[in-house]
Amino acid sequence: MDRLFLIHYGEIGLKGENREFFERKLQAGLQRALASWPGASVERRHGRLYVMNTPDPEQALSRLQRVFGVVAVSPAVRAPLDLEQIRAAARQLVSEAAAAAATGATAHATAEATARPLTFKVKARRTNKGFQPDSMGLQRLLGADLLASVPGLKVDVHEPALTLQVEIRESAYLYCRSLPGPGGLPLGSSGKALLLLSGGIDSPVAGWMAMRRGLEVECVHFYTPPFTGPRSVEKVEDLCRQLAAWCGRIRLHLARFTEVQQAIWEKVPEDLRVLVMRRFMMRVAGLLARQQEAPALVTGENLGQVASQTVESLTVIEAASPLIVLRPLLAWDKAEIVRKAQEIGTYEISIRPYEDCCTLFVPRHPRTRPTLSELEDAEASLPVDTLVQGCLEKVESSVLKPPVWI
Amino acid sequence: MEVYLDNAATTRVLPEVAEAMREAMLDKYGNPSSLHRLGLEAEKLTAAARGRLAAVLGCAPEEVIFTSGGTEANALAIRGAAWARHGEGRHLITTRTEHPSVLETCRMLQQEGWEVTYLEVDSTGTLDPAQLERALRPTTVLVSVHYVNNEVGAIQPITAIRGILGTGKRRPWLHVDAVQALGKLPVRVSDLGADLLSLSAHKIHGPKGVGALYARRGIRLRPLLAGGEQEFGLRAGTENVPGIVGFGLAAHLAEEARPLAAEHMRQLKVEMGARLLTEVPGCRINGPPPEQGAPHILNVRLPAIRGETMVHYLEERGVYVSTTSACASRRHPVSHVLVALGLGEEEAASSLRISLSRLTTREEIAFALTHIREGVAELGRIRMR
Repeated sequence: MDRLFLIHYGEIGLKGENREFFERKLQAGLQRALASWPGASVERRHGRLYVMNTPDPEQALSRLQRVFGVVAVSPAVRAPLDLEQIRAAARQLVSEAAAAAATGATAHATAEATARPLTFKVKARRTNKGFQPDSMGLQRLLGADLLASVPGLKVDVHEPALTLQVEIRESAYLYCRSLPGPGGLPLGSSGKALLLLSGGIDSPVAGWMAMRRGLEVECVHFYTPPFTGPRSVEKVEDLCRQLAAWCGRIRLHLARFTEVQQAIWEKVPEDLRVLVMRRFMMRVAGLLARQQEAPALVTGENLGQVASQTVESLTVIEAASPLIVLRPLLAWDKAEIVRKAQEIGTYEISIRPYEDCCTLFVPRHPRTRPTLSELEDAEASLPVDTLVQGCLEKVESSVLKPPVWI
Repeated sequence: MEVYLDNAATTRVLPEVAEAMREAMLDKYGNPSSLHRLGLEAEKLTAAARGRLAAVLGCAPEEVIFTSGGTEANALAIRGAAWARHGEGRHLITTRTEHPSVLETCRMLQQEGWEVTYLEVDSTGTLDPAQLERALRPTTVLVSVHYVNNEVGAIQPITAIRGILGTGKRRPWLHVDAVQALGKLPVRVSDLGADLLSLSAHKIHGPKGVGALYARRGIRLRPLLAGGEQEFGLRAGTENVPGIVGFGLAAHLAEEARPLAAEHMRQLKVEMGARLLTEVPGCRINGPPPEQGAPHILNVRLPAIRGETMVHYLEERGVYVSTTSACASRRHPVSHVLVALGLGEEEAASSLRISLSRLTTREEIAFALTHIREGVAELGRIRMR
């Protein structure tokens, strides 16, 4: 009887001819999450993924729950195709689950609730038709067996508190719990993109959403010393570390933007400054992305959240980008973005009070209906290519890993 | 070149202080409460440090209580006195420009039913003793006033304040937060007339995490921490022996150097103030004129440049200054002290605190001046928001 984790994945199963490609990417993602445990292994067998030999089951579970492409993880028991051994495994697993339910109940509820029996059912699935009895027979047999051997159980086939799943394949797999993963597609299965990461709440969430759809993400952050200080860079690095908790490691490019900012300040009318600034960011990010062989940009832009996010503004900003601009949060409400940020652990970092270059340069009355020709006129007096190249040349890159406590 | 001019925030530990602490950690590491020889050695170290503090303050060693720093010393003085005397009255007096550890402790006591009067200061940050006289009530049990303001360097008239409190048995006690005064001004408690006085080690080239409260003999305080007889039953918990050793030595050295050091700092500060006023157009001094005020703190406001931007500009060139007191500067953009002095929000936001130590040199001041001047010229092109 082995302990292992059974990985459930969703859409990959629908990918037809490419299924193997996606499964291999998912396998790589799982291996990356377990990289600090040399003994741990990920097995791919008959369109299923199993994780074995993890030293710390609770920590393993939380790591596996952060692997993109994983719909759910089940801590499971594997038994040989032998009825006696399957029965023993079922008794073991259900006793453990009953004990856990009892401690949970005493912690939260009254003595009366504790005394109440634990409702359960057995659900069997037999893909290996060579095994007898069949699914129905196995359910009945194991159900009766558990009722007799584990105290405090009661059958309820409609709304059981506990469901013992039994899968009969080349071996028998039994499990009671399925914990949710992030879903989506395995990291890297959609290629690579460059995320424009500010210190705010939105952009890290946008990056996470892009990763969830299979994009490997690198980040670029524009900073403007001395208008921003070293703590605002540290904040962005911490955001990357938190994102790395989901993808293993992440590359951050720091682009010093002060010279561009100063040129804009001197030459561009106040109400267009933020738009020109965003257009410069697009240009620098676009070239940087090409250097990194990433064919897309990702931003945290959202329709209508601030003045520079009207359809007209997004149009003129995007016009400066040589690459497609992906905006995973386009149609989200702020409250939804905040909730997601809290869920993925970036919120507390984002609300640290250090300013980024955008907040310092927000005009009093920004334009909400700009046209491209206005922007081009405003930029006419700027040495655009020189400024972009100057910014690009000073980019410093580093690779960040998850915080030690994750 | 690295020029550290943020000595009111904290100071660099002197090598000899670090060495003495190292010895306390590696060799004489016993618990002063232990009966054996190692315990005795540690006890002797703390006793020697207490003696050094007593020598600086002109008091008896039993009147020195070691704490975890200035904040705890202030809390023990104020809460400890308020609780001890709550039967006699529940009114406290302090000023608007105290350190947050004093102000917040007073606010907590207000929530617990005490009344607190916050006295105004004038445009230099100085308290007029007549104001205090008017605020006194028969129920006032404690007056807490800092000696040197940590942001603008204003010196409060402590002896005049003490005079107003009288000599009666039920007079209010006087607590003096002298954290910024140690090593710069004389802190003999008999001259000041303080009943309680707070000190901190890390402002005088000692370690962080240790401070002291002087409590005059005859003062009963209620402790904040229970569970041990350490520090005369006023501060339970195993003594921070290395910290106390470092504090004792740092205080001794600071006091020994003080007469010359204070004059040295004052000269540099006055020179810097004068040159800033003449060389940087639009520059103004906040707080007392440089020749008055504490010798080590100079607070200036620059024309239309955010203090924060200047701090970052200067740090890129190896010069470290601050916008306002380090504890407050991250959360509250505008300093409560500068506002109390009558500055507007924009003026307060464009202010810088330059704070010296006795180790600051004339070359360092010249280096900093050059960069401040250049910074104003360069950053002035981009107007702040």
